Amino acid sequence: MTTAATLDGNEAAARVAYALSEVIALYPITPASPMGEWCDTWASEQRPNRFGTVPEVVEMQSEAGAAGALHGAVSRGALGTTFTASQGLLLMIPNMYKIAGELSPAVIHVAARAVATHALSIFGDHSDVMAVRPTGWAMLAAASVQEAADLALVAHACTLESRVPFLHFFDGFRTSHEVARVELPDDAAFDALIDESWIRAQRARALDPNRPVLRGSAQNPDVFFQAREAANPFTAAVPAIVEGACARLAGVSGRVYDLVHYHGAVDADRVVVLMGSGTGAATEAVDALVARGEKVGLVQVRLYRPFPANAFVRALPESVRTVAVLDRTKEPGAPGEPLYLDTVAALAAADRPMPRVIGGRYGLASKEFTPAMAKAVLDAAAEPSPRRGFTVGIVDDVTRTSLTVDRSFRTDHARVRALFYGLGSDGTVGANKQTAKIVGDHAGLHAQGYFVYDSKKSGSVTVSHLRFDDAPIRSTYLVERANFVACHQFGLLDRLDVLAAAEPGATVLLNSPYAPEHTWDRLPREVQEAVIERILDVHVVDAHRVAREAGLAGQINTVMQACFFALTTLLPLDEALEAMRRSVRTAYRRRGEPVIEANLAAIDAAVPALVALPHPAAATATHGRRPPVPAGAPEFVQRVTARMLAGEGDLLPVSALPVDGTFPTGTARYEKRGLATELPVWDKDLCIDCARCALVCPHAAIQLKVCAPDVLDGVDVDHKPFRSKEQAGLRLTIQVAPDDCTGCGVCVDVCPAKSKTEVRHKALNMAAAEPIMERERARWDVFGTVEAVAPGTLDPATVKGSQTRVPLFEFSGACAGCGETPYLKLLSQLYGDRVIVANATGCSSIYGGNLPTTPWGTDAAGRGPAWSNSLFEDNAEFGLGLRLALDGQVDDARRRLRELAPAVGFELATEILDVDPRRPADDATMDAQRARIARLDDALDALATPDALRLRALTDVLARTSVWIVGGDGWAYDIGAGGLDHVLGSGRDVNILVLDTEVYSNTGGQASKATPRAAVAKFAAGGKATPKKDLGAEARRYGDVYVAQIAIGANDVQAVKAFTEAEAWPGPSLIVAYSTCIAHGIDMATSMTHQRDAVRSGYWPLYRYRPAADDHTHPFQLDSHEPTLGLAEFAMQEARFAMLARTNPDHAVELLALAEADARERWHYYEQLAGIERILPHVPREEP
Amino acid sequence: MVELATSYLGLDLSSPIVASAGPATGRLDSLQRLADAGVAAVVLPSLFEEEIVAASHHVHALLSQGAGAFGEAETYLPEPAAIVAGPERHLELVEHAKARLEIPVIASVNGMSRGGWVRYARLLAEAGADAIECNVYAVAADPAETAQQVEARVLDLVRAVRDAVTVPIAIKVGPHFSAFARFAYELAAAGADALVCFNRFLQPDIDLDTLDVAPTIELSTSADLRLPLRWVAILARRVPCQLALSGGVHTPVDAVKAVLAGADVVMTTSSVLRHGPAHVEVLRAGLARWLEEHDYESVAQARGSVAQAAAADPDAYERANYVAVIERGMRTFNVRPTGSAR
Repeated sequence: MTTAATLDGNEAAARVAYALSEVIALYPITPASPMGEWCDTWASEQRPNRFGTVPEVVEMQSEAGAAGALHGAVSRGALGTTFTASQGLLLMIPNMYKIAGELSPAVIHVAARAVATHALSIFGDHSDVMAVRPTGWAMLAAASVQEAADLALVAHACTLESRVPFLHFFDGFRTSHEVARVELPDDAAFDALIDESWIRAQRARALDPNRPVLRGSAQNPDVFFQAREAANPFTAAVPAIVEGACARLAGVSGRVYDLVHYHGAVDADRVVVLMGSGTGAATEAVDALVARGEKVGLVQVRLYRPFPANAFVRALPESVRTVAVLDRTKEPGAPGEPLYLDTVAALAAADRPMPRVIGGRYGLASKEFTPAMAKAVLDAAAEPSPRRGFTVGIVDDVTRTSLTVDRSFRTDHARVRALFYGLGSDGTVGANKQTAKIVGDHAGLHAQGYFVYDSKKSGSVTVSHLRFDDAPIRSTYLVERANFVACHQFGLLDRLDVLAAAEPGATVLLNSPYAPEHTWDRLPREVQEAVIERILDVHVVDAHRVAREAGLAGQINTVMQACFFALTTLLPLDEALEAMRRSVRTAYRRRGEPVIEANLAAIDAAVPALVALPHPAAATATHGRRPPVPAGAPEFVQRVTARMLAGEGDLLPVSALPVDGTFPTGTARYEKRGLATELPVWDKDLCIDCARCALVCPHAAIQLKVCAPDVLDGVDVDHKPFRSKEQAGLRLTIQVAPDDCTGCGVCVDVCPAKSKTEVRHKALNMAAAEPIMERERARWDVFGTVEAVAPGTLDPATVKGSQTRVPLFEFSGACAGCGETPYLKLLSQLYGDRVIVANATGCSSIYGGNLPTTPWGTDAAGRGPAWSNSLFEDNAEFGLGLRLALDGQVDDARRRLRELAPAVGFELATEILDVDPRRPADDATMDAQRARIARLDDALDALATPDALRLRALTDVLARTSVWIVGGDGWAYDIGAGGLDHVLGSGRDVNILVLDTEVYSNTGGQASKATPRAAVAKFAAGGKATPKKDLGAEARRYGDVYVAQIAIGANDVQAVKAFTEAEAWPGPSLIVAYSTCIAHGIDMATSMTHQRDAVRSGYWPLYRYRPAADDHTHPFQLDSHEPTLGLAEFAMQEARFAMLARTNPDHAVELLALAEADARERWHYYEQLAGIERILPHVPREEP
Repeated sequence: MVELATSYLGLDLSSPIVASAGPATGRLDSLQRLADAGVAAVVLPSLFEEEIVAASHHVHALLSQGAGAFGEAETYLPEPAAIVAGPERHLELVEHAKARLEIPVIASVNGMSRGGWVRYARLLAEAGADAIECNVYAVAADPAETAQQVEARVLDLVRAVRDAVTVPIAIKVGPHFSAFARFAYELAAAGADALVCFNRFLQPDIDLDTLDVAPTIELSTSADLRLPLRWVAILARRVPCQLALSGGVHTPVDAVKAVLAGADVVMTTSSVLRHGPAHVEVLRAGLARWLEEHDYESVAQARGSVAQAAAADPDAYERANYVAVIERGMRTFNVRPTGSAR
């Protein structure tokens, strides 16, 4: 029986974990989420584990919850596991101590990831696993996909035998997401490693009223210490137990794993020590150096805790004089990083001469670690006085820790080293995973696939790094020298140095929308020069045309994949295409014959459409690659941001980066991505000035300005008379930012103004972008210079009024059609100049705060939202902390101003003190107060006394500063629910905006407690059986919390009112905002129509709960009408509901009937609430 | 006891009352209730090729949305093993209906391509359908296409399906063919074992709030019987195939008229939706009672006895007698010729 498979590290580990677990408690976190998703999928398919039962797979509210559930499960004698990373692992720490202290077998599989410090990073390093070293868990480090499969089994076996819980980790992304051909443990391996008696022993330890015991006691000084030492023999036994398991595995599989593995010269004088995926790169370096006659070696630590000191010393050749230890983590202030200190301690205790030990850091947050870097470390080890506490892989020009790397040292000799540049939406990554599987599944060939994404959710660029060879591939780093480069999107040639890694003579495949004879002239000069200088063999195919003709508009992946096989000699073409056909039939078997047939047609048509690119002997291009940012961008953007945008962030030295993670805002406006193939075009003659287009635009890419009567005369933008109650004679202009628009079409969908003679023609219509791009670019530039009426001219509490204000949240990388961003943009328009945003981790923190750029911007005066992300779980508390600080500062500043009134002038002081910054302020009040504060600042500067300087540091708070706490439902309903509840109960003036997509959007659509009944989501693949939590109801119970439930696409007037009322309410406010999401399975162009239907069907009632102290107050106001649309009619328009009807129609009918009943019951309840009087005993705070 | 047993598409039926394609024949439980109520055969809802193609691409597009585009999320929706985007649900219904019911099960198909007609007719036959009803549901909206081309296209698909399956086939068409008598003859010649007169098309309506075009369908009434009744009467005993009357059969009297006009079977959807599956027994019993009260021995004896070919006044089926009809209607509703109503 063959056990070969081509899969990624997550799936490899999950397969073993699933087979050996009975309870799997989960919480999604990148990059570990797929392990849980696999288990959930298998459980929903009723796939049995090795014991013949289907594991209980449960999603918890946080990793702390998952660890608690795991603790409970193993306490009841079950075999339990969980998967996590980073912050998630940190949340498990308390239970990890407990589980280990109670000697309960358990396994946590960790896709090791950076812990957030100055910034969050989803990428791989060991800072998370190093943080749990003291918990008492054994720790096994896998270095490859193959090891992830095998050591997962070793971990499950050894925890049962030893009773010590095991943490099995491998590097996030590099291993968790690398696709590789591996041999999976077979039945013989499972049988050889697992002894049934251990499972019976675990059962016997279960809490059982038939055999009652007490566990988890509280102990006093008399016995705690001794009891803590009582478990020592169990820990001590672990190395031998792991060795035994590995030996048994080797016996049946031939795959040998030492606790500490040595590789290299037998007479090495210097070695590098490390754990994890870096081993692959280091092995290549050592092999190359040994071949050159150098005496070097590599020590790979697999069992990290308990640290196998004896095995470590045994593994190290006697000849070694210098040991260089590499840690993939940073412990500021320590004498060295953890593995270094363990090495020193092990050697110090050994009965042998102490070699010289040096240590350094590498690979933080998936920073590349290449053979050249490993060589740099070994070179340093040969120096007479090498640098201690070095870094490798970066240029540290501040504290000069970094080693110099000879980048010409290369060891990558795979037969095919291929790079593929694509867009997230074009299926390039999926196709390349299939290619890796096709080749990897072919006898005698080995495949490796690794995929790099940028952090955008719309128009994201993907780079696939694929290697194929006859021998196993252990190049655990990106392809640096490619003999095949494909560019799946022609436009990327203008943005990125796509051919940077192409070696001389490399094959290049371009997807060109132009005829082959016209393609050359469209290439930027740099590309033409590279083709000529490096004698590249360039081929072109119009994959968009081939795909379109096959019925797959926009899906070019199949065409490009076939062309790849045609241009490489990995497999005979017929065999490769036949394998592709089989793969298409398997991959799309659930999606129906028509999709399969269209893909098969695309395969057949691809290769005939592929031609060699005819080109002259010299470059002829008149244009070059576009600069990443415009010439007028600020200095920081030019110096730092532009390098990141160009894909050169790795080359930035330490000195280029802020020391504390603090960055300028307003940078997205310099990133001109030009994604849209279609743009909205305004027909001013039909426009009715409703401003809905600007309101709902997820990217602030359509903006309007209302101008004084003659401002637009002679200006090359369209404009029309503006209907206004406030002022006559004003003009309106609406303009699209053509390079920032994603072409999502939401603005056209909501536009209510239809032609009287042809209803399909509206005041906004999509049109092909290319013919109008230059005109619109010029107009957008002009639009930026047009002077609008002052913000206070129109009432901001109206849709029109709000949209005439400048958005200070623009051009984010959110998905095309995103339902969340319009709310943030509205917030920025209303209060951007005075707001601090506390943003929970999630989609909004990624499109809001993932480098290189941020959409949060500044106004002409330089004011704008101050933004920060603390964590996922603590956002409400973080926001409250900001408020507490502000409140204290306001009190302090006002007290000091009173005291300094004689010095700064009574009149000025009184005027300032008359404006209470704890109350909302209109624009005029803000402007006047700021002008007074400027005068005050001048006066204080002139005084320059200690008291004056103390006040001077606080004067800004004398004008209103708001705190808005923003996050998604994963935060508000689940992981942050406790903190949110506490903050709602605090009585403090914070505004909380919950962007409710009803799933964990950022990690790929896992169910939360906001997920509605009957919807399908990850971890609720069979349809969620329980109803959505009524978050607003929980907040309303406090009585003094302003609560609104809104849907901007259903009732924009109510939405705008809710924002202004929340800001005005002096206590806590909560806005629950319905946010459409791609995880709903809808066409995002109709995002707002779905919101409308959600409200019309009673699925999402709109209301505002406005606490008031007045007699006979009815605080609950129902803002939506009685349902006029059946819930099923709404639901069946969304794949999340409709999918269940396709998979399990009877269950779907049953759940939808319950969901319908939920909606009816809620409506009935809300109707009654609207009639209820509730009076708030409210006493205004006194001045201190 | 009057003999109701009938043969249709080579199948032995206990009576001429057949449940035609509709929501009531789309679920096993309601199919069972129809069978329990004594329906003679069922026509399952049409498998629409257009829907399958659209659903397949739609499911593909939605599941592909965002997939492989972002490091934190490989996909955004689960893809359960059992997801159905093809004809599986229809085929499963045929299989289960055949296994569960003792009455004949007729499957219905609507193709958009020649290949689609053939493929799905074959799949339905392989799934166990006793006969295939080809539901020709197309609006001839292309100004470039002539009536001859439309007819040729339909005849071509009938021949294609005829060649593809061995089970009997019925062709269900709409009433909008200009020379329908001749066309009906050609359909029979092309291989149709029966004609079903007629399809009722979804009719679009305009939503005055949104100015959107929305398809609507209303349940038929007995008044809708007249059109199929006329054509069944005209075709009966003239075209070399069997005839099913569909549309407007609500009462036993309607069923009687259909039989007298020449229908081999009488199909109903709206009456079942309106009154429930048990209504088929009302129709069957009422038909039997009428035949008995009027001394017919069997339904076969009555069939076509008032067809055009047998009627006392054959011209009545063709006469343009609207003036007299309108006058009679005005008297009935007390409308004066001036138009002022009292």
